[in-house]
Amino acid sequence: MSNVRVLVGTRKGAFILTSDGKRENWDVSGPHFAGWEIYHVKGSPADPNRLYASQTSGWFGQIIQRSDDGGKTWFQPGTPAGEPTTTPEGMPKGESNKFVYDSSPETGKPLTTHQFYDGTPKPWEFKRVWHIEPTLDDPDTVYAGVEDAALFKSANGGQTWNELPGLRGHGTGAQWQPGAGGMCLHTIILDPNNRDRIFIAISAAGAFRTDDGGTTWKPINKGLHSQYIPDPNAEVGHCVHHIAKHPGNANVLFMQKHWDVMRSNDAGDSWQEVSGNLPTDFGFVIDVHAHEPETIYVVPIKSDGEHYPPDGKLRVYRSRSGGNEWEALTRGLPQSNCYVNVLRDAMAVDSLDACGVYFGTTGGQVYASADAGDNWAPIVRDLPPVLSVEVQTLT
Amino acid sequence: MIRVSMPAHLRTLAGVSGDVTVDVDGEVTRQKILDALESRYPMLRGTIREHVSRERRPFLRFFACGEDITHQSPDDPLPQQIASGEEPFYIIGAIAGG
Repeated sequence: MSNVRVLVGTRKGAFILTSDGKRENWDVSGPHFAGWEIYHVKGSPADPNRLYASQTSGWFGQIIQRSDDGGKTWFQPGTPAGEPTTTPEGMPKGESNKFVYDSSPETGKPLTTHQFYDGTPKPWEFKRVWHIEPTLDDPDTVYAGVEDAALFKSANGGQTWNELPGLRGHGTGAQWQPGAGGMCLHTIILDPNNRDRIFIAISAAGAFRTDDGGTTWKPINKGLHSQYIPDPNAEVGHCVHHIAKHPGNANVLFMQKHWDVMRSNDAGDSWQEVSGNLPTDFGFVIDVHAHEPETIYVVPIKSDGEHYPPDGKLRVYRSRSGGNEWEALTRGLPQSNCYVNVLRDAMAVDSLDACGVYFGTTGGQVYASADAGDNWAPIVRDLPPVLSVEVQTLT
Repeated sequence: MIRVSMPAHLRTLAGVSGDVTVDVDGEVTRQKILDALESRYPMLRGTIREHVSRERRPFLRFFACGEDITHQSPDDPLPQQIASGEEPFYIIGAIAGG
């Protein structure tokens, strides 16, 4: 029977929740990296025991942690190239990983500033890793989306990282500016149908795509309309909160923008709004059913000024028609006095039949549905605020 | 032998439970202590000083013999009590809530 492993990043550590395929009884381990902000934990599709975690702190900076045994033990893989793997005393090295922006003349991308909130130019400054995306075939090759927004890649299991400078330097980088949470690259989608194609999203710049493995990039924001920026239809500047894609649906993307739920049928070349009958189209998460490419999930949030569900009712909305027609899923979710938020990387699906759906809240609950959203129950209720949720289906 | 007192999170990262000791050659300065600390505990690189600029991370401060030396030159000599290990060199995280 299959098992499920849910990887939860919180403001004060990581937690790993495991269950069998029934998804009724759960074991909880953690906190791992207690007291640190864990922005994201994700497993390799090629080796489910290979996990990566982004451990960060406003005091102490960025650490990349790696596990080769499914989260039982962790270590810091970062050892500078050319240096011995142990100290003179024989201690294993685990240097905090370096994320250094590529401004070398060789790459032709000596870009040094983006826009600050007030429009003034601000030098790029690394703050943290928001999202880690292991590649589909190689556990040692992994991407990292960082703040200030850029895309990094490691080909040695997280020991060293190099920027893919074509994204930050493709031409609009100087116009990007931070959203309320910082100028973060928070979404990385690798296309299983085209290994040279990657989608990424940045708050508040928008969505971008490469078709040559990350060398060159282009904005894919046509059709986005954002009333809160000087040019509502600008090529960049949109606060894209998250993008989701079904792996079998080559060119279809779904987006939760700051406001508006959007859909693209042409790999992001154009977007159409599919908010339909949602009570509010502000929100952060969006995800797609594992087996039904036109079944999508969002959690509507009241507004950008009030980051909690409308009417104090925590409702997941599901569309089985790829948008526009939405139904509220409420069974097992609090329907009064609920004022939590669900952050952009805090929803995921498993690949069992029926599809399991999971999300975490800023109130520390992680909810699971083992029947595609019809019924929900909390796995845990009292974790620190949840930053991210990922799921591994283990066979 | 110089004693260094670190915040709990850095002790956890370094895999130690209390103050640590380092040795430096010649005149004892903050720079030399941090270099020795990062050499002895490579996992601390980037957590006290930024990787590239080598600047102090903004939420950290340094104390020696009850004096805040955060804003002194990192190459200033430190008191003999620090050099002898009589007093620890303190790395302290700012109290910023949470």
